[in-house]
Amino acid sequence: MKAAIVGSGNIGTDLLHKLRRSSVLEPRWMVGVDPASEGLRRAADLGLEVSVDGADWLLRQDELPDVVFEATSAAVHRANAPRYAEAGIRAIDLTPAAVGPYVVPPVNLGEHRDAPNINLITCGGQATIPMVHAVSRVVPVSYAEIVASVASVSAGPGTRANIDEFTRTTSRGIEVIGGAAKGKAIIVLNPADPPMIMRDTIFCAIPEDADPGPVTDSIARMETDIRSYVPGFRLLREPQYDPGRVAIFVEVAGAGDFLPEYAGNLDIMTAAATKVGEEIARAAASEPAVDRHVTA
Amino acid sequence: MQQRLSLRLTDTSLRDGSHHKRHQFTADDVRSIVAALDGAGVPIIEVAHGDGLGGSSFNYGFSHTPEQELIKVAAETATQAKIAVLMLPGVGVKDDILVSQDNGASIVRIATHCTEADVSVQHFALARERGLETVGFLMMAHSQPSEALARQARIMADAGCQCVYVVDSAGALVLEQVSERVEALVAELGSDAQVGFHGHENLGLSVANSVAAARAGAAQIDGSVRGFGAGAGNTPLEAFVGVCDKLGFSTGVDFFKIVDAAEDVVRPVMPEECLLDRMALMMGYAGVYSSFLKHAYTQAERYGVSGAQILVRAGERKLVGGQEDQLIDIALELSRENVR
Repeated sequence: MKAAIVGSGNIGTDLLHKLRRSSVLEPRWMVGVDPASEGLRRAADLGLEVSVDGADWLLRQDELPDVVFEATSAAVHRANAPRYAEAGIRAIDLTPAAVGPYVVPPVNLGEHRDAPNINLITCGGQATIPMVHAVSRVVPVSYAEIVASVASVSAGPGTRANIDEFTRTTSRGIEVIGGAAKGKAIIVLNPADPPMIMRDTIFCAIPEDADPGPVTDSIARMETDIRSYVPGFRLLREPQYDPGRVAIFVEVAGAGDFLPEYAGNLDIMTAAATKVGEEIARAAASEPAVDRHVTA
Repeated sequence: MQQRLSLRLTDTSLRDGSHHKRHQFTADDVRSIVAALDGAGVPIIEVAHGDGLGGSSFNYGFSHTPEQELIKVAAETATQAKIAVLMLPGVGVKDDILVSQDNGASIVRIATHCTEADVSVQHFALARERGLETVGFLMMAHSQPSEALARQARIMADAGCQCVYVVDSAGALVLEQVSERVEALVAELGSDAQVGFHGHENLGLSVANSVAAARAGAAQIDGSVRGFGAGAGNTPLEAFVGVCDKLGFSTGVDFFKIVDAAEDVVRPVMPEECLLDRMALMMGYAGVYSSFLKHAYTQAERYGVSGAQILVRAGERKLVGGQEDQLIDIALELSRENVR
């Protein structure tokens, strides 16, 4: 499946490294808006077609991608999304625009394999919502709260200018995908040098009489599922039980593809995007080669 | 040369004191304290969860009474004092600011770690657009040199902040270190924004540091009556008012009335006095966020480890405000080491 990356910053560049390793996705285009972009230069060196005229240029080409990865900003994706849809291009959205349904691969990727637009929520959401789900699939979760600590140097200008978008979008993802009746998200930027590896704490309110055994087992299974596509993800400690609450501590180290190891928050987004793209490509490959609109 | 300074004071006991009270303020507590401070002439009273709007949580502690109700009670009680709220981007959101304005708050104080001022830009823009007075908090100000702090203050001022505070969250700054930072901010901001100082008592210097800040050009000073705040408490406002009287600085606050308020109204609301004890000294010495104190006690008891060691390790890990969850991780780490 032919893929384009829109956005030539750190995320787009890291994503390119991951897509190049894929056996089912072929990154052919990268577009940006900054003529001085290092990302575009590197992509061109790797043989991609590049342009500084963004999605406008991409959509003018004779040959169009099957899938586009949006690594720009929520506002840019909101503007681009209808144009991709019109051109019949599937969109995987790494911004908090939330045009399409929220997807966290180990929880609900199967449900949205055919969606024209898929949103990956936020980095903190990718790291924590699966754990909320791991608890809520075993016991009722009336409230879940996540605290994401990330290295200051790994929080880009987009995140900083729109920090409310992070907390709101993640909170909603905790409810819609995590399965908590109510969700809350907190993000803390830490400037320590050397930079700290991303850490997340997930607190879930559970019934006082809940049996910890099955909850802990479910959390461990989820850790295995996430590690299958984010190798740097791990539980730091055994889940901690206090009356009416379980606390889960995780660390997310990046794979070091392009971004440094501490930037696990960015790595988990590009890893999730790659996972979703591959799933879409495999689903498309297994379908009969006829126009679905005709046969449906 | 004796300067005749005029200072604008903010009492933070109903916000910073929320940490010491483990966020259990009731509407009656707020009504009685606001009435007493308002009567003593305190011009600004801050009310919110200790960790700011939206702070009620597992991580920081759930509020007994929703903070917005407390803000409303405070605004209804005050006759001359303005009600201020605190918010930390990443914890609270813009909607929280709007709700607090509906409830009668007229000053919003946006707090960030002192290297992360740019996360506050959208909040200052909103606050100014809504006609709120704005204050910026550069927290853990001891951790950065003056020039770096001044650059961050410039980001806040350009975003619409009218007064940038040097916030000694860890109570770790010592006299000249306060003066240097305040002077650097005054030089950077000029007439674009005022400069303020928020102290803690963890090295026993909060009043002296506040005087140093005023002499260096700070126009606004925070304190909490009876020191009612996190760690060893804040600058005891009644003591600072008395010192200002002696130095000839005008504050507009009646010394005798605020001393009575501290003794008769505020002390009975406090669970215990704020103490300059071993744990508080550790924070001032190691440069640890004052709000970690009660959480360190909780985790020390839960896991049977030393609270002082938790705080020292929090300093070694360079934790910043908001990372209370990591104290659990530290306690677990210590309990494992003890087993070995």
